[in-house]
Amino acid sequence: MRPTVRFLDDALIGRIVDEARGLLEKLGVEVQDPGLLDVLGEHGARVERGTSRAFLPGALLDRALATAPRAFRLFDVLGDPTHDFTGSKVHFTPGSSALNVLDWPAQTVRRPVTADYAACAKVVQGLPHIAAQSTAFVPADVPDAIADAYRLYLSLMLGEKPVVTGAFTAEGFPLMHELLAIARGGTGDLRAKPLAVFSACPTSPFKWSRDTARNVVDCARAGVPVEFIAMPMAGFLSPVTLTGTVVQHTAETLSGIVLHQCAAPGAPFLYGGSPGVFDIRYETTPMGAIETMMIDAAYNEVGKSFGFPTQAYTALSDAKRLDAQAGLETGMGAALAVLAGINSVSGPGMMDFENCVSLEKLVVDHEICGMALRLGRGIEPREDFPALPRFEELLREEHLLISPHTRKYLKSEIAFPGPVIDRASRARWAEEGSGTLGDRAHAEVERLIGQWTPSRLADDLKGALTERMAAAAKAAGADALPPLP
Amino acid sequence: MDKLKRLSECVAAGDAESAAALAAEMLGSGADPQEVLDGGLIAGMNAVGGRFKAREIFLPDVLMASKAMQAALAVLQPRLAAGGGTPRGTVVLGTVRGDLHDIGKNLVGIMLRGAGYRVVDLGKDVPPERFVEAARAEGARVIGCSALLTTTMGVMRRVVELARAAGLPVKVIVGGAPVTADFASAIGADGYGYDAGHAVERVEALAGDR
Ligand code: B12
Repeated sequence: MRPTVRFLDDALIGRIVDEARGLLEKLGVEVQDPGLLDVLGEHGARVERGTSRAFLPGALLDRALATAPRAFRLFDVLGDPTHDFTGSKVHFTPGSSALNVLDWPAQTVRRPVTADYAACAKVVQGLPHIAAQSTAFVPADVPDAIADAYRLYLSLMLGEKPVVTGAFTAEGFPLMHELLAIARGGTGDLRAKPLAVFSACPTSPFKWSRDTARNVVDCARAGVPVEFIAMPMAGFLSPVTLTGTVVQHTAETLSGIVLHQCAAPGAPFLYGGSPGVFDIRYETTPMGAIETMMIDAAYNEVGKSFGFPTQAYTALSDAKRLDAQAGLETGMGAALAVLAGINSVSGPGMMDFENCVSLEKLVVDHEICGMALRLGRGIEPREDFPALPRFEELLREEHLLISPHTRKYLKSEIAFPGPVIDRASRARWAEEGSGTLGDRAHAEVERLIGQWTPSRLADDLKGALTERMAAAAKAAGADALPPLP
Repeated sequence: MDKLKRLSECVAAGDAESAAALAAEMLGSGADPQEVLDGGLIAGMNAVGGRFKAREIFLPDVLMASKAMQAALAVLQPRLAAGGGTPRGTVVLGTVRGDLHDIGKNLVGIMLRGAGYRVVDLGKDVPPERFVEAARAEGARVIGCSALLTTTMGVMRRVVELARAAGLPVKVIVGGAPVTADFASAIGADGYGYDAGHAVERVEALAGDR
């Protein structure tokens, strides 16, 4: 039995979806792009030009739900399958697009540059429980206009795992799409074997900005998967009740699915989000709040009620340092995400309200992910019955250390964490330098960077990527790209 | 006077209905409207400001209080001398070009209004020229710029440059998650605020109101 957690019963999910459908029909959504309002109008939405609103009748929504795919896969830069977005399979991805990197020696934050990005890509490559790369932060040493594409370029050059990313503007997508197609060897191959997922964030409440609306449509038409990231803020820009916020999240996400499926029926997506509660005391949106995690798990249940693969921004923390709060919030989020069966979990490495990535936190979180994934595998009988022979063996041999049963199941039953997690006796721990979690994490970061080997992407494709990126940099006013670390 | 104290308490508690009723009652029994304004409404808001600064109460409490104050002020307004109860000055506020994040900026606007400023909100994705044009047209004392993206915060530098070039007697204050005090001084801005309460404090200091 796979262990699970549920917050909503079927009747409540049904009511939430019904109410959300009513909202889409009666309040509609604002779409700040006249062309896309036309698209919705052609498909049966009632469009109100003056307010840029589209009212979505149930029949239109049902058509979108009918064409929406219930599963899809991702493939790494080499074309090998990595992600299977079906059922309750969970894949972890580092948190993305942070403003800052936590500089370990200085223990302060600063703007990341190419070297930080490269270090992150190298660390991610060496972490088996992290299934995808993310465009983790925005390097400050290239022109702003190409910053979104440049992150993707670095990921495609340095790492092999698929990339969770997003464009900053409508104009940002074509170049990013081109880079993906170069790495994959053509737009058709890219469509057949998706290499990246793009975030598409509606503006709460009930609005699609021109940029995000176009991203949704451009991705759909190119066959590039999107993750819908609605961010209602409970008690501020959405109802304070968790149920009310899930209703809003449902309506906003369904409106995205309608736009997406109208643009290209059958285009793949994740039913995702980054909702949160609003902490009126600090005017912040805590991702580590337990209620935030409960909303995540709940909307995931709504998404799964349609059969869609899901995503959430969880397994991250609001702490400013790699401290106990960082661990407890990330740990709770990861465990809940696995129990809830959220298919793509964005968060590891992230802290400070999605504003900061720490590589040291990432390697600690990697262990949390490993533990959470083990949790998700649950407890299964493995040649445990009948019990008598094993216990006869134990009494006869006085231990089971080298029993064939032990040797067969040791690795699958007990997930041994890496050196970051302290399991030494006090004496051995002291002998090994009495290190803190931070010390061990920093050493592990350095080890992973040291053991990194270049991506096996073909050299001619790397050359073509660099040529395209350099041309874009030139057009944006930079003489050359920063050297690739 | 007992009723003034009660009025200030109604304002501080965010009880709009009682505040308006009490203000009307006081006017009816011959109280001086300016005194009601100063001793009741402003005193109430000052108390709220103090408790907010001491972190005893939070943003929604301030909003409730300022709603109560507005309700009572509407009763007083017709009887106040011309200019009585008018705002403290104008702040032009917006999120810079290329940036659609306006939640933080909106909170700052709400708090500035609550503190008695007239806020001209230019919205989001605002070109730098617009900030300066609006400051000139509105006679603003302060321009407030918000940015949430590392790729758009640079636009704030341009706002400062244009404001200086225009020779306006206007201060520029900046904020938003990627913005720091160091960044603010590096681009020559006059101030930086890390949240809405802090923004009010900084605007008060820059506008010479404190
Ligand atoms: C909500 C949100 C959105 C919403 C915004 C809705 C809205 N109406 O504003 C939506 C969904 C639209 C959105 C879109 C995007 N977002 Co966004 N978003 C956020 C998020 C989660 C919260 C921001 C927020 O509202 N915080 C709450 C408010 C109250 O806090 P605040 O904004 O910091 O404001 C306070 C202070 O800073 C200060 N302040 C603010 N302004 C001012 C001004 C003055 C004058 C003063 C004195 C003070 C002051 O006072 C405020 C009150 O306390 C942040 C992450 C984060 N936690 O900050 C990401 C974040 C800013 N977004 C990010 C990204 C990448 C995007 C997108 C590019 C994603 C995409 N691919 O679609 C788009 C960008 C679109 C664009 N061109 O702008 C990144 C930025 C990355 C970077 N390096 O620049 C962040 C950091 C998240 C992340 N890690 O990915 N986003």
